[in-house]
Amino acid sequence: MSESKKITVATTWLDGCSGCHMSLLDIDERLIELAQQVDIVYSPLVDGKHLPETVDVGIIEGSVSNEEDLAKAREFRRHCKYLISLGDCAVTGNVPAMRNLFPLDSVYDRAYQENVQHNPLRPNDGVPALLDVVKPVHAVVPVDLHVPGCPPSADTIWFVLSQLLEGRVPNPNEVTRFGA
Amino acid sequence: MIQTPTPNVRVVTFKIDDRDFSAREDETIIQVAWENGIRVPSLCYLEGLSVWGACRLCVVEIVGSPRLVSSCSTRVAEGMEIRTDSERLQAYRRMILELLFSERNHVCSVCVSNGHCELQNLAQQCGMDHVRVPYRNKVYQVDSSHDLFRVDHNRCVLCSRCIRVCDEIEGAHTWDSKGRGIDTQVITDLNRPWGESDSCTGCGKCVQVCPTGALVQQGTSVGEMHKDRKFLPYLSRMRDAQ
Repeated sequence: MSESKKITVATTWLDGCSGCHMSLLDIDERLIELAQQVDIVYSPLVDGKHLPETVDVGIIEGSVSNEEDLAKAREFRRHCKYLISLGDCAVTGNVPAMRNLFPLDSVYDRAYQENVQHNPLRPNDGVPALLDVVKPVHAVVPVDLHVPGCPPSADTIWFVLSQLLEGRVPNPNEVTRFGA
Repeated sequence: MIQTPTPNVRVVTFKIDDRDFSAREDETIIQVAWENGIRVPSLCYLEGLSVWGACRLCVVEIVGSPRLVSSCSTRVAEGMEIRTDSERLQAYRRMILELLFSERNHVCSVCVSNGHCELQNLAQQCGMDHVRVPYRNKVYQVDSSHDLFRVDHNRCVLCSRCIRVCDEIEGAHTWDSKGRGIDTQVITDLNRPWGESDSCTGCGKCVQVCPTGALVQQGTSVGEMHKDRKFLPYLSRMRDAQ
């Protein structure tokens, strides 16, 4: 099967705004070039529901803010040979981590009580519990490459992916920075 | 600092990164390096203000000496061999930057100085792309009491440029610091809100020299705070000439 020779890529978003994934889509017609070389096997952008046993490259957007994020990050680390933190939320915690300055109780109150007019109630079922402290991905699992930016531009993402496809280790600091 | 030429100053020869240089013996390593396009990173050093030597980003190696020296506070000397960019120095600089980012709350993406911040630029230049130590997540205040300016302690790196420019150039000494070590904070007057300060002249020099988004103009939004420090070497040169 010729498809199996392609490099497999999985992506996910944890606590973020999905802007990094939008930026990935913004590489426009280069997506065609990318699709000829890689197979996106698992992602919010595709249909696959299960992370395959082994994936060549995993890309994580967003910070680790709740129990599901933590499980996802660990799952990606287990299954991906090369793991990329994409964007400031994954790399630094960024905006989601700004709640770290408040006690978790008051964060819950703000979201589910203070600003709710109808039936204010803290969820105890069906949504993952928030972690005490929002963390960057590398604080919970080892990460191979950090790509800062909020979001990293389409050109940055293309630079990183095309360098990796050519077998080089890219230095994202050449083209991006925190807050870019 | 701009130095007035004096007749008895010797000229010395030395090497920076294997290139030969000569300079007056009262010049510092960072002055010679910057004049010659060697960008030794620094946060607290600013031409026109007194030398502080606090941020340690400008540390360099002197061949034959085991200890690193800060290039802003070390003068060049005859026969000196200086290295400004070894792997060891790069590792120390990255660590310093990581500690600065972890100490307070530098959220570049929502900062008024995004895109025009010396700390942010240094991280990129020095190859610091993530922080290996845990973030402190400590709460810091924002003082918006002044009509024109705002101080956001979340973004302060304690470089003391504001303290020095207010004292040495404006002559008001509104700014100072309180506390010790990691608990140090810059203060206005005797730790009164900036807007209630009797000594502040509202000149805004502190805002212009601040390397980050700690001191900013009121009414600026994300990325809108541009700083202009061209006045500083000009002012100090004019004063030296008097």
